Amino acid sequence: MYDGKYIVPGLLIFLAVFFIPTAYTYATGGPSQPPKPALPANETQCVESKDWMRDNHMQLLVQWREDVVRNNDRTYTSFTYNKQYKKSLTNTCLKCHDNKQDFCDSCHTYAGVSPNCWDCHNVPKEVSS
Amino acid sequence: MRRLSRRQFLSIGGLVVVGASASQVMSALARDEKAPVATATIRYAMVIDPAKCAQDPTCRDCIDACHKIHNVPLFAPNAQGEETDKAHEIKWIWKATFEEAFDEQEGDNYATGGMKEQPMMLLCNHCDNPPCVRVCPTQATWKRASDGIVMMDFHRCIGCRFCMSGCPYGSRSFNFRDPRPFVQEINTSFPTRTKGVVEKCNFCEERLAQGQPPACVEACRQKALVFGNLEDPNSEAHKILAERLALRRKEHLGTRPQAYYITS
Repeated sequence: MYDGKYIVPGLLIFLAVFFIPTAYTYATGGPSQPPKPALPANETQCVESKDWMRDNHMQLLVQWREDVVRNNDRTYTSFTYNKQYKKSLTNTCLKCHDNKQDFCDSCHTYAGVSPNCWDCHNVPKEVSS
Repeated sequence: MRRLSRRQFLSIGGLVVVGASASQVMSALARDEKAPVATATIRYAMVIDPAKCAQDPTCRDCIDACHKIHNVPLFAPNAQGEETDKAHEIKWIWKATFEEAFDEQEGDNYATGGMKEQPMMLLCNHCDNPPCVRVCPTQATWKRASDGIVMMDFHRCIGCRFCMSGCPYGSRSFNFRDPRPFVQEINTSFPTRTKGVVEKCNFCEERLAQGQPPACVEACRQKALVFGNLEDPNSEAHKILAERLALRRKEHLGTRPQAYYITS
């Protein structure tokens, strides 16, 4: 092999760099785990079913925003439970999900999304502390 | 079947065209341009009595109440709780002199009576013909058809400040700085704003939705602020305006402002 003394170490260095992520994962305790958002302690039921909320909470919140701010329509009727709720992020959602860090942020950080709700809307627990 | 001559065919055709267009002309002529377009039964307005306000010249109850519940920041408050950082000041309701509020009334020493020495509480006039709404490129501000409140959607505001240029009353403030660290005590039931958003008085629409009066009206000990529906002849605001002469700011601009200042 021509220039083997360059090629072989070069290949080894390339492979070492290439497998750094794999090595890092094993060194730090296996592949990353999906998040486990902390559910509220004293409430078992959200405004809709858990699966529906997981898929659609962002659209629901945008719809609530439009309804309240632009159409003065402040009451939501759950199609799953046929119950009425006040359309409010801080006063309805966060009343049960009062720990934003362990609930909202756990998934949002994992999924790499950064919704800007909190730039304006308050988290009562964070405000009081 | 009888054959039409060319002359007959053309005259019949002409008549058909005239007949068909006549209905359009008639409906256009019959249209009443002055017919009322607004059929809302609610027209909220603020009636302000500066003479009562003048009884306590140092009182700031309405300002403090409003700014507290709406998370209005104070960047550099003095001992009285007034903003000294005028460049960044955010204000929903504020106190001004007569000259500042009614500069076009200069020289009118009679109709305005003692008003020249009285403090004027200024706020968004919730105009019937709001220039801020006309210039907003994103419809972040609009006049609510159901009650005439000039609304603000902070989500949609892009901070272009056209509305601030459009408003002849200086009722709008721009957040040049992040306001949140400067809100003295955050009211969690109302959002704060971010840098780059315009804000103003919203006639406490969030309180009206719960059946409460605006915070400034509730806070005023002198009962100098009367909020009500002018379309309702039994409302206090309507009754006051029926009896007393009231000024509105810069009426000549045609904005039809809905804050009335009773002369004394």
